[in-house]
Amino acid sequence: MGVGRLSASSYRFDNVVIRSQAAVVGPKEGEGPLGKYFDRIWPSELNHHTSSEEAELALLTEAQNLALVKAGVEWSQVDLVMGGDLLDQLIATDFAARGHQRPLAGLFSACAVFTESVGLGAMIIAGGGPTVVLAAASSHHMSAERQFRYPIELGYQRTPTAAWTSTAAGACLLVEGRPVKEPDLIIESATFGRVIDWGTKNPNDMATAMAPAAFDTIKQHLRDVGRDISYYDQVYTGDLGVLGVKLLDAMARQEGLDWSSYLDDCGKSLYDTQRQDVHNGGSGPGCSASVFSGFLCRQLRSKEFRRVLLVSTGALFSPTSYKQGESIPAIAHAVAISRMN
Amino acid sequence: MAKVRKLSPEMKKYQNMAGRLRPGKPIVKNAVAAFFVGGLICSVGQGAQWFFMRHGMTPKEATSPTTVVMIGVGALLTGLGWYDRVVKVGGMGGSLPITGFSNAMVAPAMDSRTEGLVLGVGAKLFTVAGPVLTYGLAAAFVVGLLRYLITGVA
Amino acid sequence: MTFLWAFVIGGLLCVLAQLTLDLFSLTPAHVLVLFVVLGALFGGVGLYGKLVDFAGAGATVPLPGFGYTLVTGIGEAVKTKGVLGLLTGGLAAAAGGIKSAVLFGLAVALIFKPKT
Repeated sequence: MGVGRLSASSYRFDNVVIRSQAAVVGPKEGEGPLGKYFDRIWPSELNHHTSSEEAELALLTEAQNLALVKAGVEWSQVDLVMGGDLLDQLIATDFAARGHQRPLAGLFSACAVFTESVGLGAMIIAGGGPTVVLAAASSHHMSAERQFRYPIELGYQRTPTAAWTSTAAGACLLVEGRPVKEPDLIIESATFGRVIDWGTKNPNDMATAMAPAAFDTIKQHLRDVGRDISYYDQVYTGDLGVLGVKLLDAMARQEGLDWSSYLDDCGKSLYDTQRQDVHNGGSGPGCSASVFSGFLCRQLRSKEFRRVLLVSTGALFSPTSYKQGESIPAIAHAVAISRMN
Repeated sequence: MAKVRKLSPEMKKYQNMAGRLRPGKPIVKNAVAAFFVGGLICSVGQGAQWFFMRHGMTPKEATSPTTVVMIGVGALLTGLGWYDRVVKVGGMGGSLPITGFSNAMVAPAMDSRTEGLVLGVGAKLFTVAGPVLTYGLAAAFVVGLLRYLITGVA
Repeated sequence: MTFLWAFVIGGLLCVLAQLTLDLFSLTPAHVLVLFVVLGALFGGVGLYGKLVDFAGAGATVPLPGFGYTLVTGIGEAVKTKGVLGLLTGGLAAAAGGIKSAVLFGLAVALIFKPKT
């Protein structure tokens, strides 16, 4: 079997590769520092669709289709589609599946769903299940605003810790086998996180809510694979943003670990936080999905990086739970990806 | 749901650290912006009132048509997609004037257009403005009642 | 002169609301509800009326002015109609504002689409 159990949280794989990937983003994400790495950039947030929900569905579908085209794989060859989004009842992921008609495992862990999908996908492939899995995640700024915050045209001031939900989708095609040709990237291992809640209640400060979950998962992962953080060229968290990376670094320091040169964050990288008025940085399932599928995969293939750990982070609250005064639980899932030589 | 979860010393220490690292709200800058944006909107309102007074209304009579004009301006600017920018700069200077109230009614209605005219636009018109109307009416009733009971007239 | 006082008083009311929002970490909705209730309270004891005489639109355009309108409407209705005025006076006085907000809201929602 191609899967090894390292602990209750972590598994190692020796026969799963990422054959292709695609990232499609909105105009604001396209104007950001990573703009040139994305496969497609929409000219407008809605791109001629009538609702933001419909736009998110189209964005996700486009990323999924493109990942298959790049690998030269037909939809009929895909065994299982995995992934999720932020919308109630996963309507982007579910409605996309209405179109592609392949078996679907819809998942939810808020903005951590991309690494949850890739990790689980790798595990079931390595365990001898399906051989071709498409893992994808999406988010849309306007549909998320409507669901979690306020109507689009309602005026309000964002606080300095607020995150900007990205309009972005990313998809990766995972296949069984040893790496055969140049574009293949290896999924080495995955660590599934615990739900951590350290009492943060402010829905406009998800960085503080999520940083302890990211810390817990990274520590667990390093312990399980028996490595120091320097094993990775870079550890990318999902959407901790400017504040979250500082908190993560500070938590490591308290335990005598110096992680500062290894930490970076997808949400912080996706936008120019000085110029683009996004405050703490980007968020949403599409954030880590697109930064990984667009930027990080290319950095790995261009030999900029040898090995990265992607740790998507999710705040598991609902508009109801925070109005009821509940604190915000968070989760982080990690996948380790390396290039073949 | 267990609302009150006890924070362990470790969690408290973390929350304190987060409090130190968290960027503060620009309180002074926000207040200054609120003053100028709010003041400007009120001056526009005063301009409308002045117009109605020139046409023979008393200041009291002019209040109602002034409100209507300001609500119209707020609604139009919301439709054009500009009012959210006014509030982004001015904060409560944009939200507290009646133009902001208009924005609070129009924005959710516009947004819910795709959900239909009845369950979308019709139902969502009051989602943000509803609490203001509810508690405004309730408070006015209580104040009026107390005054009536104390003075005999309201 | 009224223009200047409208600017200053209107601006100061907004500053007060902004400070309430920023210092007590409330949501904007909580602050708006608080201010409309305060307008009704100060209107009821006669203080807000003095501010309106002094600052004109600077006091009537901000939301506490709405609470004040509701209370003064009740006061006048009670004088003419008796106790029933407690129920009818408030909305009658604010009818122009509320009805125009509904109509404008409908019209704009039908004509315009949300941007970003």
